[in-house]
Amino acid sequence: MSGGAKLAVRVAEVVQVNALIRRFRFVARDGAALPAFSGGAHTVVEMDDHGTRRLNPYSLMSDPEDTSGYEISVRRDDQGRGGSLFLHRHVTPGIEMVISNPINLFPLDVRAKKTLMIAGGIGITPFLAQIAQLSRHGGRFELHYAARSQALGAYMDRLTAAHPGRVHCYFDEEGQQIDLGRLLSMQPIGTHLYVCGPKGMINWVLGTAEKMGWPKGALHHEEFLAPGTGLPFAVQLATSGKTITVGPAQSLLEAMEAAGVDAPYLCRGGACGQCETNVLVCDGKILHRDHWLTPEDSASGHKIMPCVSRFEGKTLVIDR
Amino acid sequence: MSLDFKPDFGAGFRDETFRDDFTYRNSPDGIHRFPFPFDRDDYTYSVNMEPHVPGRTGSVFEHAFDVDEHYVAEMLDRAKVLAEDPLRCQSLPHMELAGWDLLELIMVAKARDYPQWFSLTRDGNRWHWINRPLGIDQRFTFLDASTLPYGPFEYITRQTQGDFSLQDERDNDLWMDAGMITSQADWSLDFDIGMSFMEWHAPVPLAHEKGIFDRALKFLLKLQQGAPVRRFNWTMTVNPLLDTAPETYPVWGPTRTSLTHDNMGDKMHLRVELQALFRLPRSNAIAFSIRCYLGRFDELVSVPKWARRLHRVVRDIHPDVAAYKGFLRNRDAMALWLAQYDDGAPTSPGWWPQD
Repeated sequence: MSGGAKLAVRVAEVVQVNALIRRFRFVARDGAALPAFSGGAHTVVEMDDHGTRRLNPYSLMSDPEDTSGYEISVRRDDQGRGGSLFLHRHVTPGIEMVISNPINLFPLDVRAKKTLMIAGGIGITPFLAQIAQLSRHGGRFELHYAARSQALGAYMDRLTAAHPGRVHCYFDEEGQQIDLGRLLSMQPIGTHLYVCGPKGMINWVLGTAEKMGWPKGALHHEEFLAPGTGLPFAVQLATSGKTITVGPAQSLLEAMEAAGVDAPYLCRGGACGQCETNVLVCDGKILHRDHWLTPEDSASGHKIMPCVSRFEGKTLVIDR
Repeated sequence: MSLDFKPDFGAGFRDETFRDDFTYRNSPDGIHRFPFPFDRDDYTYSVNMEPHVPGRTGSVFEHAFDVDEHYVAEMLDRAKVLAEDPLRCQSLPHMELAGWDLLELIMVAKARDYPQWFSLTRDGNRWHWINRPLGIDQRFTFLDASTLPYGPFEYITRQTQGDFSLQDERDNDLWMDAGMITSQADWSLDFDIGMSFMEWHAPVPLAHEKGIFDRALKFLLKLQQGAPVRRFNWTMTVNPLLDTAPETYPVWGPTRTSLTHDNMGDKMHLRVELQALFRLPRSNAIAFSIRCYLGRFDELVSVPKWARRLHRVVRDIHPDVAAYKGFLRNRDAMALWLAQYDDGAPTSPGWWPQD
């Protein structure tokens, strides 16, 4: 079965955190403990949205040692394909759901002398779990967290109260910005930098750090991409002998699954590489939207990541 | 504190040695459940991974961590190896959390699968572990290493058959940053510790050219919590010696020249490794267990299917593979001895003795 081991859970609690964010708590249906996990891990939540199957990754934000339940925070995206809207509108306490075992594509390097975290908006969620882990084991950390406004700065109160002096908050509406050059210039040797937030922020932080000579192995980021929408397109599946059409709000991976093809996946957000598929014929243009393929692989036209990438043109034949 | 065994050889555990007088033997039941690794009459390298899920009752696949009749004797042998060379167990400082992960995985599995021998009682982080075959009764605080006589990794692997290594995942690679290695097929933890996946596999012939390690690494980086996998490896060992280490090669290496047609069935052993890989929860590290089973040629040829197949595998093996596994010099003599038990009849697919 694609997607790996699953957990059968029940929604125990739904909390409106602010105008845009809701928090969901999952507990095991059989009342047993859920597996512990590592800070930075995510779970893929399976949704049956009135007949449409949606599987979206969300970072686990609860304490990794709290095996009585998992928590995620979901930001409502009114322009998205509908996963966050489904969770916000239709998922209430008592509902039974299926989620994946924790998967970590954003793990802490526990050799770090110091962990420097930079969060933007909902990108705070993996850091909540990482901070719980580092606090338990005595790891040194510092968090710089930017939000649009005080009202949208989810969990800031909790963080500043628990870790005074280690958490620094910034608000766009008040014209505040992280003084990144200064911050990065002050870090001790052996610091690892973690950033999670909007694409622009990730590029800014990584680009600045690279320019300042930070070693590549000390830079970590995570960004889940929504598959995005686009024009419908047809794809021939060479191994399965099927031709399918990918709808405007559907991903290629979802279209294959809807056609009964068991394609591999893990993160469904263009990050993990599990769904990498060989392209046999491409008469047109692949719209690469992942951050897994190397620039060379993307340019070659021989590979596609069906979880997020699309196609425009005449013919696309893939090895699936 | 130290870990003093009060071994109990009741309950079917054999009192035997893996050194000096070599009294190790498999009982008739032990032979029947031996994990014969060849599912066809020839052998080539492959990634050959499958999910590590419970298998047939009574087989070595029944439980995640197989405890068999050699358990107590193997643990005493490990203690002797460590007393002579403490560097056979090493754990880099950042691997302690992974050690706790492994301790939890093993204790929970053994208490569940073998309640007659092991018990684990947990009240939050206050744990109580009983290991009856080794006479251990330990109360400790989970995640507090000061409450155990050894670090968590060494503590639990001194009580678990098979070698273990822990791989940290960084920079899209795996790093061998901890290990308990006392029953190895001629490789050295002290040499390999801290190495990356490609570095520690560098000596293996043929497989690199076939891209096997590129695929294996890619596969392992995707290994998920709750979905362990397993594979077989094998070699040949003269005498039932678990500890065939490079460090002690001068002691055991020359025994390869001691084989004759008359002592082949008694001295030569098929050495099978049941290797399992687990993604660990808190550390995101990967635990690799390498469980060694030794089968005497005399014992193995008592199963007609295995006798025929072992002859054909040994006779036809690629010389580079035989050289790497350390039996090229004896291969012809082994094939000649095994030929007595091969009547040329066809063998059924798969490795089970009766199927």
